[in-house]
Amino acid sequence: MATKTLRVDYLTRVEGEGALELDIADGAVAGVRLAIFEPPRFFEALLRGRAGTEAPDITARICGICPVAYQMSAVHAIENAYGITLDAPLRALRRLLYCGEWIESHALHVVMLHAPDFLGFPDAISMAAAHGDVVRRGLALKKAGNSLLRLLGGREIHPINVRVGGFYRAPTPAELAPLAPVMAAAREDALALARFVAGFSFPSFSRDYEFVALRHPTDYPMNEGRVVSNRGLDIAVADYDSAFAEHHVAHSTALQSVLRARGNYCVGPLARFNLNFDRLSPTVQALAAELGIAQGCANPFQSIVVRALELVYACEEAERLIAGYEPPAAPAASVVPRAGVGVAATEAPRGLLYHRYELDAEGTILAARIVPPTSQNQATIEDDLRLIATRDLALAESELRDHCEQAIRNYDPCISCSTHFLRLEVRRR
Amino acid sequence: MPADPTPSPRRPSLAVWKFASCDGCQLSLLDCEDEFLAVAGALDIAYFAEASSTLRPGPYDLSLVEGSITTAHDAERILAVRAASRYLVTIGACATAGGIQALRNFADVNDYIAAVYATPAYISTLATSTPIAAHVKVDFALHGCPINKAQLLALISALLAGRKPDMPNESVCVACKRRGTPCVMVAHGTPCLGPVTAAGCGAICPAYGRGCYGCYGPAETANTASLAAAWTTLGADRRTLHRAFRSFNAAAEPFRKESDAHGDQNPSG
Repeated sequence: MATKTLRVDYLTRVEGEGALELDIADGAVAGVRLAIFEPPRFFEALLRGRAGTEAPDITARICGICPVAYQMSAVHAIENAYGITLDAPLRALRRLLYCGEWIESHALHVVMLHAPDFLGFPDAISMAAAHGDVVRRGLALKKAGNSLLRLLGGREIHPINVRVGGFYRAPTPAELAPLAPVMAAAREDALALARFVAGFSFPSFSRDYEFVALRHPTDYPMNEGRVVSNRGLDIAVADYDSAFAEHHVAHSTALQSVLRARGNYCVGPLARFNLNFDRLSPTVQALAAELGIAQGCANPFQSIVVRALELVYACEEAERLIAGYEPPAAPAASVVPRAGVGVAATEAPRGLLYHRYELDAEGTILAARIVPPTSQNQATIEDDLRLIATRDLALAESELRDHCEQAIRNYDPCISCSTHFLRLEVRRR
Repeated sequence: MPADPTPSPRRPSLAVWKFASCDGCQLSLLDCEDEFLAVAGALDIAYFAEASSTLRPGPYDLSLVEGSITTAHDAERILAVRAASRYLVTIGACATAGGIQALRNFADVNDYIAAVYATPAYISTLATSTPIAAHVKVDFALHGCPINKAQLLALISALLAGRKPDMPNESVCVACKRRGTPCVMVAHGTPCLGPVTAAGCGAICPAYGRGCYGCYGPAETANTASLAAAWTTLGADRRTLHRAFRSFNAAAEPFRKESDAHGDQNPSG
């Protein structure tokens, strides 16, 4: 019986810190643990005693890559508790802000973090020597997304302009107008990027996932919708806790989330795309057909193509929202605290992000719960790794390690969000 | 910062380290979309796990450190980072002041663990979140939650040129005047931490009609008591003052003292 240990001390090109441990016994994969040991920061505890109106600024600090997602889930949950519904112009402005974050985050992942895997480089910097146009296009896209965040949010990371009830200040049409050509150029960059990444060579791998995402009557989901799956789940966000449960496992500081009825599931771009294809724009639907994935996509390695399609969509959607912009009557609705429970789920770049708050009559938070996308995908990533490691067991360990790391990157895991440090350890016995 | 006595023709090496944090401050480097490739050309990026799979051992000419120290393991790791680094620069509120996670310093950490995790025994953490300077010598600190990428570029440029970084030590209030924003406290009666908060952000909040919320931490010689009195005349109660000074830079001394002066209005932190 061969005994061998392979160790990678840090999972790179992910946000946060984690490790992977593979147990191999008698030539078979005996155990897989995606170990997340980013130091816990206890957001759900430190939110207690704070004002509900502080939740968007505090929870933004969970993740520097997707702070808008945290702000959006937080404001909608607090508004849900207070019985506030925003008018159409404010909702459109929030959607435009979210488009900025999708563009910034997806461009970062597709070009700077994930594409190097397929092109055989350790990073985008070394990739730039051979694929300078691709890297420059990615940076231009990222900058376009950030330009939306800067105008609507005040700054790119931890925007300051989001508040419960709306915004501190709404942009003037004259301030927004210069971003229209920026988004049009970004859309062209995204189209070229989607065609480029669709040409990568993808491992043949697919699974019968249960995909979970929001679904809205008319729109591709961002801030609003019901929680649905491809196996019949169709619930209001208010019923989230009756359908999902969180478990605490020894090897992770992130809680793992499961569907009470059926277990592991998958959130993120693949889930949104497969469940909401009919809500995409005709341009993106036609592009998906051209790239051969209009019938759906269950290969996580192709998530990079789906992310690029969502980039095209977010640029187009931003153009549409800018063209149709009507300044809101007031930048924010009035906010009157009341005791109760508020919940919301929005679509972070990496998938469904659920917040729940209990508030007292003065608007002080009594309890908070946050379920980020990476905790929801954690068990599914482990399932993928078990299958990939079993298939690739005969390969050299460096290749096995590369494939496993790539399989993790398929999910654009935000380990800071899910609470940290990735090592790969293979134990053979 | 000491001058470099022996300038070397080779590119200086850069390492970027993460401790307890949100990744946002190191993302600021990738957010320099127009300058990133030039920075990558001028520096030898030797260790930057968020961006590259190439992780080379030290020594490093410049280490940028994000995050605070919250575990025994990290308290050991920062010593190794210091030993491998010629210059160590802390970036952001977590590294310079302990961050929002330093709210645990005012609470019972076991209560925090039990509030989040079903099996507290699985969690290993320190009772406090402390800044990097509480553990090792820091050569330079960039404040902010998050840092300002223009300040980061200016710092890197200065170090490359072998000169002392030139950073403002004024308050947000001064930056706001320079930006030409009418004072939100005077004009609208909106409580603002601008008079006691370090500049560097660009005085964004008042320009968007909201009061500064102190994410760059205390300015030098901040008169927090005087500002708290001004807030009180605008109608802020003790709890509001307590919360305002106890946020992203809660453990920075002037803010800690001022929040304490307004009583612990909420038992859990």
